[in-house]
Amino acid sequence: MADVMIQVENLTKNYGTNCAVDQVSFNVHKGEVLGFLGPNGAGKSTTMKILTCFLAPTQGSAKVAGFDVFDQSLEVRRRVGYLPEDTPLYRDMTVLEHLDFAASMHGMKGDRVQARIKEIGGRCGLVEVAGKLVGELSKGYRQRVGLAQAMLHDPDILILDEPTGGLDPNQIAEIRTLIKEVGKEKTVILSTHILPEVQATCSRMLIISGGKLVADGTPDELRAREKATRYRLVIEANGAAPDAIKSKLAALSGVVGCEKVDGEPKTHTFAIDGSAKSDLRKALYQAAVDSKWILLELTRQAASLEDVFRNLTTGEESKS
Amino acid sequence: MSTTTTVAKREIRAYFNSPVAYIVVTVFMLIAGYLFWSQLFLEKQAELRYYFNLTPLVFTFIIPAITMRLIAEEKGSGTLEMLITMPVRDWEVVLGKFLAGLAMLAAIVGMTMFYAVTLSLLGPIDKGPMLTGYLGLLLMGGAYVAIGVMSSSLTRNQIVAFILSFAISFALFIFGQIVQYAPDWLAPVLAFLSMGNHFESLSRGVVDSRDVLFYVSLMVVALVIATASLESRKWK
Repeated sequence: MADVMIQVENLTKNYGTNCAVDQVSFNVHKGEVLGFLGPNGAGKSTTMKILTCFLAPTQGSAKVAGFDVFDQSLEVRRRVGYLPEDTPLYRDMTVLEHLDFAASMHGMKGDRVQARIKEIGGRCGLVEVAGKLVGELSKGYRQRVGLAQAMLHDPDILILDEPTGGLDPNQIAEIRTLIKEVGKEKTVILSTHILPEVQATCSRMLIISGGKLVADGTPDELRAREKATRYRLVIEANGAAPDAIKSKLAALSGVVGCEKVDGEPKTHTFAIDGSAKSDLRKALYQAAVDSKWILLELTRQAASLEDVFRNLTTGEESKS
Repeated sequence: MSTTTTVAKREIRAYFNSPVAYIVVTVFMLIAGYLFWSQLFLEKQAELRYYFNLTPLVFTFIIPAITMRLIAEEKGSGTLEMLITMPVRDWEVVLGKFLAGLAMLAAIVGMTMFYAVTLSLLGPIDKGPMLTGYLGLLLMGGAYVAIGVMSSSLTRNQIVAFILSFAISFALFIFGQIVQYAPDWLAPVLAFLSMGNHFESLSRGVVDSRDVLFYVSLMVVALVIATASLESRKWK
């Protein structure tokens, strides 16, 4: 495809004997907002550091905007805006000085620079802090300075390592809106371990665990991959023993798992797993009627991204 | 190349935003002032000999104080990642930092020119050796700055950077002092590596290309090592 912006092939990075990224391959197309998910220490940051030419891969290759990250790293860096984890910035510069510095590092010259700084500063809500020292800013503002700096030279690709880390909910919402807006014209990769973030901002997600890529698709696709569907059943059973109810429910065809969970007093609440293909609601209703239980509640819960994430990432850990 | 000057400008500004620059300037001016004026008041002689003799030693701790933060601070705080993922070559970063350190050195050495000029009004001072002496201070100081940049690139801890560059600088200084006690085979090596020996002829008004070349090659070697140290993050 002509509009592949990032092409990663069998990327491997070892730190000594420790393998941080293991044979990872994926492509990112123009206009995609890709969420990079994984538990802490899964290799998200390492992959991003390789894509931004800070580290070199041990094996495999990565091409950004058609340029190899190792052999043509200057070309790559001209086209990428990067927000490293924890937003490192020079604390002794003012916001304006910092943006000026970044513009000059990117070789931006002339009147264009001031106009661009004004535009980006406005978009990121930095106008009122322009003259303040970066070191005196709150975390949210610093994050915005980092983001403004990453977008300053109008890069085709933005790589953001935990752009909402350590922010309060209002700030998170602001940054997300900003990213969504930017994502309309640019290619964006952002890493996070906050799942709602992916749902809110990303058109596609990659899940990485233990250095390996374990899932790649849209949030809907990944949810559909989840095999079990979970039902929540609340009944009143007139003194019947919970174990008896449980075994009755477990015996129903299509039920994969059944567990009693805590609920209101005098009622029994069960979490029931059924295969994704069949709908257990009818059978559960019938079972309640047959046994003369009073059915208080029956809901089918769509598999959440949390489940997908947990299954994919914990499964991997127990294997290794 | 414009990125080099951008880096250098930022570093120079950072110097004056921190107390380090002012402390270093004050300390150096006090020591230099003593070296300049004690001769005049005690011996009633106007001469630069004391200043030129002892500055190589003073540089061994003043310059590491200037250079210790240059790269180590950025490694420690993580800003190096931000800086080096901009379109800039590693050697341009190193050179920019070196130039900033050199500018700082030129500033403090330049300020002692005020002493030198005042002294020359009070007594007969040879202008030739004075000028070549100052050229020598810049060359020798430049070599110390390069050693400082190299040390700063090897660690993320500024204190370690200071101690390392002080140790290297002091070793190169002391080589000149122990030549006479060294065995015959070692003496010429020590004399050659001595910071002070090469400076001595410059401070007497003799500009020998070998001395200039010694300092310049020392700078090149140290800066090449510093660049390699930055690049080592990319070693596979």
